[in-house]
This record gives sequence, C-alpha cells and structure tokens, in this order.
Amino acid sequence: MNALVLDLVPLWTLILGVGVCFYVILDGFDLGVGMLFGFQPDTDSRNLVMNSIAPIWDGNETWLVLGGLALLAAFPLAFAIIIPAVYFPILIMLLALIFRGVAFEYRFRDAEHKTFWDHGFTWGSAIATFAQGMVLGAFIQGFEVEGRHFAGSSWDFFTPFSLLTGAALVFGYSLLGAGWLIMKTEGELQQRARRLGRWCFLGVFASIGLVSIWTPLMNADIATRWFSWPNIFLLAPVPVITALLGWIEWRSLGNPNSEFAPFLTAIGLFLISYIGIGISLWPMIVPHSYTLWEAASAESTQAFLAVGTMFLLPVILMYTGWSYWVFRGKVRSDLGYH
Amino acid sequence: MDLDPLLLSRLQFAWVIAWHILLPSFTVGLASYIALLEGLHFTTGREIYLRISSFWIKIFSVAFGMGVVSGIVMPFQFGTNWSRYSDATANVLSPLFAYEGLTAFFLEAAFLGVLLFGRKLVPPWAHFVAALMVAFGTLLSSFWILSANSWMQTPAGYELIDGRFFPRNWTEVIFNPSFPYRLGHNVVGFYVTTGFVVVGVAAWLIRRGRAVAEASHMLSVSLWLLTALVPLQILLGDLHGLNTLEHQPEKLAAIEAHWETGNRVPLNLFAIPDEENETNRYEVQVPLLGSLILTHDVNGTVRGLKEFPRENRPPVAIPFFAFRIMVGIGLIMLATVMIGLWLRWKGRLVTTAWFLRTCEWVAPLGFVAVLAGWTTTEVGRQPWTVYGLLRTADSVSPSLTGTDVLISLLGYMAAYLVIFPAGILIMARFMRKGPGPVGEDEVEETIESRRPDRPVRALPRAEEAHRT
Repeated sequence: MNALVLDLVPLWTLILGVGVCFYVILDGFDLGVGMLFGFQPDTDSRNLVMNSIAPIWDGNETWLVLGGLALLAAFPLAFAIIIPAVYFPILIMLLALIFRGVAFEYRFRDAEHKTFWDHGFTWGSAIATFAQGMVLGAFIQGFEVEGRHFAGSSWDFFTPFSLLTGAALVFGYSLLGAGWLIMKTEGELQQRARRLGRWCFLGVFASIGLVSIWTPLMNADIATRWFSWPNIFLLAPVPVITALLGWIEWRSLGNPNSEFAPFLTAIGLFLISYIGIGISLWPMIVPHSYTLWEAASAESTQAFLAVGTMFLLPVILMYTGWSYWVFRGKVRSDLGYH
Repeated sequence: MDLDPLLLSRLQFAWVIAWHILLPSFTVGLASYIALLEGLHFTTGREIYLRISSFWIKIFSVAFGMGVVSGIVMPFQFGTNWSRYSDATANVLSPLFAYEGLTAFFLEAAFLGVLLFGRKLVPPWAHFVAALMVAFGTLLSSFWILSANSWMQTPAGYELIDGRFFPRNWTEVIFNPSFPYRLGHNVVGFYVTTGFVVVGVAAWLIRRGRAVAEASHMLSVSLWLLTALVPLQILLGDLHGLNTLEHQPEKLAAIEAHWETGNRVPLNLFAIPDEENETNRYEVQVPLLGSLILTHDVNGTVRGLKEFPRENRPPVAIPFFAFRIMVGIGLIMLATVMIGLWLRWKGRLVTTAWFLRTCEWVAPLGFVAVLAGWTTTEVGRQPWTVYGLLRTADSVSPSLTGTDVLISLLGYMAAYLVIFPAGILIMARFMRKGPGPVGEDEVEETIESRRPDRPVRALPRAEEAHRT
C-alpha cells in the first residue's frame, strides 16, 4: 500500500450528504404522492396518481440502499451504533416500504383485493415516512454509547421529539408529493394537490418552527452554536431564507400558473432544513459522541470506494435523468399500470 | 421465558434471506430471457417474440418488485441485528456491498421503468437496450454479493487488528478462493431454475392447447439451454466441493456426516447424525465413493469432524440433508433433460403427455435446490460469520433483547406471509393465461381495474414503424 495519507472524510461526508439528500427528495416525493393517494376520491384519480410515479419509484428508493451502504462503508462505527439504536423505526419503515412497493403491482393485478392493496400503498407510504422522521429525531437527540457499541435500549428512540419529527416528515414529504402532482397532473387532480399542498405546507412550517426551537433547548452546545455571537449574525440568513421560501411556497401553491415552483420550493425548504441540521450537529456523525473522523472506515476502504463512486455517480445521474425524461410531461392514463 | 436474541436473530436472517433469494433465482434468468426475446424481436421483427416477451415481462415485473422490497431489508439487517459483524467487517466488505448498489441496483431500477412502461415512448433499439441493462444489472448484483459472501467463507487479502478486519489487497478480497466457484455455481443455478419454470409453464400451456406456438418455442429453447446447463451445474458443484474440501474442511465433514479422518472413505447416502456421541445411526454407505467424489482420488483423505474442536463444528444434520436434497433434485433435473433430448430426437417432444406433466412437476424444483444449497453452505459455515475468525455469537448487536427480536421476527413473518403468496398467486394467474395477442390482456385488465372501456389498442407505434 502506498503511504498516501489523504483525508477522504470530507469527500465522503459530501457523498453521503448528497446521497441522503437525493434519497429524501426523490423517495420523499413518491412517498408523499403515496400519502396523497389516500385522499383521492375515485379509482381513476388513484390510478393517475400512482402512474405519475410508477416508472420511477424503484430508482428513487434505491437511494435508500445507497445511503445505508454509504454510511456503512464510510462511517461504519456510526452505522453499527445508529442502526440498532433505531431498531424499531427501521423495522416499521421496512415493513411499510414492503407494502408500499408491492402495491404498485398488486393493486392492478389482484383486483379482487384492490382496496386492501390501496390501503397498503397509502398507509405504507405514511408509516414509512413517519418512521424515517423518528429516525431523524432520534439522530438529533443522540445515542447512548459505550466504546464501539450502542449501549441504550431499543426503545430509546421513542420520545416526544421524535414523534414531532415523524409528523414533520409526513407533512414535508406530502408537500413534495403535492408539488410533484401539480407538475404531473392537471384539472381537478391538480386543484386537489394544490389544496392538500397548502395544508401540508402549514404542517411543514409549524414543524420547522417547533423543531428549530426545541433542538437548541434540548442541547446547550447546539444553542450556543446558533445563538452566540457572531454566529447569531452569520447564521441569520438560514431562518430568513426559510421564511422567504415559505412565502414563495404558499403563493405558488395557490397560483394556477405556477406549475414547477411548488415542487422546487419544497425542495428548497428541505435543503435549508437539512443545512440547518448539519449546522447544529457538525462534525458529529454519532450525536453526541463520535465525529465523522472518529467513525470513519480505513483509508484504503474509503479510497477504493471513492474511485469507483466518483465515476459511477455521474453515470447513475445521467441514466436516471434519461429515464425521468422518457416519462416527462403530464401523466398519461395509458402509460404505467393498466 | 428467556428469549435468546442470537438465536432469534439467526432465525430472522434466515427467514428474510430465504424468501429474498427466491426472487433473484427467478429474475436473473428471466431478465436474460426477456433480453433475448426482445433482441430476437428487434432483429427479426417476428411478432411471436413480442408476445412471449410481453407475457414474461408482466410476470417479471411482479417478481422484480418482490425482489426489491425484500432486498431492501437485507442491508438494514446487517445494522439492526448484526452490528458487531458490521463494525468488524465493514472495512473489507462494505465496498463490495456499495458497488453492488452503485453498479447494479441503480442500473436495474432505472432501465426497468423503461422496459415495463416505455415501449411506446422510446425507439425499439432503446427498449431492447433497456432489457439488456436490466439483465446486466442482475448479473452485476450477483457478482458483488457473492464476492462478499465468499469472503465470509474463505477470507483473503485482509489483516485482523483488534477484532476488526482491514483490507490489504483488494484483488484478493474480491477474488477470494471460493468466489469463482460460488459465482459460477449460483448463476448457473439461477438460469437452471428459471429454465425449468419456463419449461413447466410451456408444458402446462401445450397440454391445454393454449398459445401452443409460443409455448412450443419456450419449451424448445429452454430445454436446449438446460441440456447444456444442468450437466455444467453438476460439474461446477463438484469443483465447488473440491474448493470447500480445501478451505472449509469442517463444513465438508458436516455435509458428509463424516466423523473419522481417513482415506478410501465411503459415501454416506443416508444417516442420522448423533452429534453428542460423534457418530451416525442408520448409515447407508457406498464404499470408496466418498473419497472418489470428494477428492477425485479413491485413496484421497477426507478429514472427519472428530479432528476439529467441538466448538468449531457446524451443525451436522442440516447441511447433510440439505445437500442431499439439492443433489437429488439435480439428478431429477438431469434425467428430465436427458429424456427431453431423447424425445426431441424422436420428434415427440410436444406430444408426449407424460413428459409434459413431468415438466410441470419439476418446474418449481430449482427453487427448492437453491434453498437447499444455500442452507448447506450457510449452516455449514457455522459457528462463524467470517470463517475461522469471527463467530456468529460475537456478531450479533449487543443492545438487542430477545423480546426486541421476537417482535421483529414476528413482524417479518407476518408481512412476508401476506406478500409472497399474493405475488406467487398473481404470477401463477398470468402463467395460466399464457401469451396472448398484444393488447388483448390489457383489455381484460382494463375491465378488472374498473377503468373506462377502451378499444383494443393497436400495436405500439414503434412496432408498426418497425414493420413498415
């Protein structure tokens, strides 16, 4: 092995961060669409809603696998501590994703039990989302650690804060889903998406507010990071941008000529929230015990994987982009499952 | 009641992975078959290929979806129940898993959408390429995951420091001693499994006079493939066994329920192993065949279980019987293809009813063989997760209680017992309907899902353009 002492932790932090971001946005909107599916009044609407994501949901969900594997590969100590610590949210999420995933096929092919699979689809989407939100809440709160192991109980995740973050993500993904439906549908369906989107937005905004207040209250270090001078000045743009995005979101949801802004602004809200969490927790990957560097895998591992990843990620983005482009435009009733 | 999180975690892993492996066993072969059919249709323009392909694509879609949802469970299992294993092996194994995700999963997923829904949206060559990419993705997936599993069986290219593994040579890690054999034997096994399903479905359709032209084509092509692959699989299994003899002698001793080291050893056709007393009851043996098969030398030495400390021995009965089930199925498959070859030579392939019925019965056996083979190799790997270096008992997540794992095990059991039978029934329904004129099925489904009636759709635009 050559004696190259290259710190790949920043690169891997970026890759993992981008990977998780892609997951949250991509599977976020299709889980959101799944939740809004439950509000559709008739079969035709439900079919269209499902077909708006049918060709792309699998690729979107693949980012979840990548996120998990990237965490294992780049920061295995974090993987080994965090994943068992959120044992039950992960279990619930996986079971929910199973029902959500097969529902695409089963509700069309097993018409006799269509109602059951419809419920599986929409509840699966909601429960998976809520579980992911709880994982987020547990992550922000931190984990009890002893050496290289999680030393708490499998029930530690269950707190009022994680219930809040669970609800927050339900609103958040639904907002993304509403944005997607506004782009992909028209007429009554689009109107419904706009209406539901506004309700989701209210939930998102309330949640962002509550989490933003609660997090520094929970943790003195985080409070110091945000509210001490000069940070309070330097970080002021974050809440300002959030408020601005919120205003744009509200307006575009109600504007019939605004087809792309609701979705793009929702992405913006997710990004700013993501950055906010990053600001709070940096450089901890196992809050509040281990930093990114402490949790990192061997140099050789990070290097070996980075080489391939730097080449493969752009290729993946290219053909994923192509597959989205193939299914561009408003959802057609003759494409997708029928 | 004192529940053991280790035992329950093992049961849980066995449950989720056993159900999951059924899907790649079918989708790897089927993806390639669909790619072949799409290619034949693209190059010859003959509609029969389109009908057969569309038929299998619908079935593939269901199977692939089941594979995805059960597959997503797997990497999270490493974290939830096997965190100490994850921490210990991540440096070496995690890039293999990650490359599986990066090279295979995204490829399959992105092009699957186009394959399933994009026939009318992209030029025919692009649709064909999509089919190829899906097939290629399934093979890449097999490559990486079997490399990782093989490393667990025959670790190489590493250094063990303070209970954690560090990579020293990536080529040795990936191309570890058992990998080529496991890869060959598994992938051929996947194709054999799919081949027999296609043969079984074709036989069923022919016997009922349904889509006979398509079914005859499916039967013929698949039997040719199987005639080559079944003997190859037996050869690969033999080579795999030689490799196991060299690198995992305890496993081989358990597979053979062989207690005493010696040469010119007999083959145990049947036995009831008695681990307590280190012997077998009700042995049915063939002299000399053990050494001959296992070492290719009648005077060859086979090491017995008694040579190894008790705490390093795998369970005996399970690998012993699982292996024999797998080999037994292999022999049934061999007989089936040989008879098929003979009937074909006599020109009686599609007209011999008893043979067609046999094909229907043999159709699911590939799945049983896959499960039996994996049981053999994984139970035979015990008590190690990394052979000789990391014990299963030291691999489980320390924070888990028995109750935690019981809850999750029951959750997975309940979910899979709903999802899998439903999927299998849906696929069976498609298989029984058989290939039809393109467009006919869609009318039926249209009515099924209560959408407004549509006239029978003309062939996709792309197809018309190609034909004129």
